[in-house]
Amino acid sequence: MDLWKIFSRGIYDENPILRLALSLCPALAVTSTVQNALTMGLSVMFVITANNVMVSLTRNWVNPKVRVPIFIISIATIVTVVELVLEAFYPHLFKALGIYLSLVVVFAIILARAEVFASKNKIVPSFFDGLGMGCGFTAAMVLIGGVREILGSGTFLGAPLFGVWYHPPMVLVLAPGGFLVIGCIIGLMNIFQDRLDKASVARVMESSPVKEEQ
Amino acid sequence: MSALHDYFLLFMGAVIVNNYVLTRFLGLCIFFGVSKSLNSSVSMGMAIVSVMSISSIMTWAINHFVLQPFGLDFLRTIVFVIVIASFVQLLEIVVKRFLPNLYKIWGIYLLLVATNCIVLGVPLINAEENFNFMKSLVNAIGSGVGFSLALILMASVREKMEYANIPKPLRGLGGTFIVAGMLALAFQGFSGMIPK
Repeated sequence: MDLWKIFSRGIYDENPILRLALSLCPALAVTSTVQNALTMGLSVMFVITANNVMVSLTRNWVNPKVRVPIFIISIATIVTVVELVLEAFYPHLFKALGIYLSLVVVFAIILARAEVFASKNKIVPSFFDGLGMGCGFTAAMVLIGGVREILGSGTFLGAPLFGVWYHPPMVLVLAPGGFLVIGCIIGLMNIFQDRLDKASVARVMESSPVKEEQ
Repeated sequence: MSALHDYFLLFMGAVIVNNYVLTRFLGLCIFFGVSKSLNSSVSMGMAIVSVMSISSIMTWAINHFVLQPFGLDFLRTIVFVIVIASFVQLLEIVVKRFLPNLYKIWGIYLLLVATNCIVLGVPLINAEENFNFMKSLVNAIGSGVGFSLALILMASVREKMEYANIPKPLRGLGGTFIVAGMLALAFQGFSGMIPK
């Protein structure tokens, strides 16, 4: 399989948040501003890529019976490194993400990629698989964070967008807004996918010279 | 009297006011995955409450007697996740061996619990807030009960949704999120009921 396919799969077809509905906790908890969403997305991208490489490197030595604990230890170590780096260099971001950064350890998507992909493939494909999944995750986080920040507080990355006439609905920044925004985005994606499917079916029907019998 | 008062407030806070699922977003994977039927959500809730109360005791002991005295706070995440995951595995083996009937109902949910945000998150919050032993336990049980409450509410709504005429793009995951949003909106009404 070529690398582009492996990479791009995570972005749309198997988007961790919007398609697979995995790792939802951060998608709701830290997406009230774009900045937090982006930080979280990049941290997860780093963790998932590094962990895929680690798992792929050690795949021939790890006994299959104890593979899940080994994966968890590897993930926890990488997450701790990310935590320490963020705490040292970007303390305000570390504070904003709070406990959710530690919870990256138990993200289903990271364990799932290690189990499904990295433990069976060579290093380079595993690297791109992790990178793609991470990109998809980051993109979804920024999308959700963008909608919530622009509509919910009328700013983007902290800069005010609208004039004083705009009274932002607070609810979008609070807890319920996260659920509602993700629900709407998933609905819109389904409509889009429906159109896409119909268009491709129509194209096939037109181009095929042999009409189906009966 | 005042200690009892504190514990009661902490418990109700964890169950309703700061419901871990609907206002702090922990344990959502299970919340969306298991809430399809009422029966399974009740079993899941039981599994969560028991695992969380025991694992919070264990992690409190480790944090208090090992990590803090030796200044190893930065290892908290790694140690907690290993302790909880191995404890759940052990519990699964024990239940399978000695209570096979319970295992039939419970087994699969126990596995789901092993690596879950809420089961790791609550001990981490307990450690961060420096709760004492009783407070950690009360907080863990309260958040487990709150999780079960949210799960059961969600499952009851979803069972009714089977018969409703929902717009096609929102069927499945999308609609479920919007229902969760409505539930969260309702729970938002409780905020501020416990004075800080």
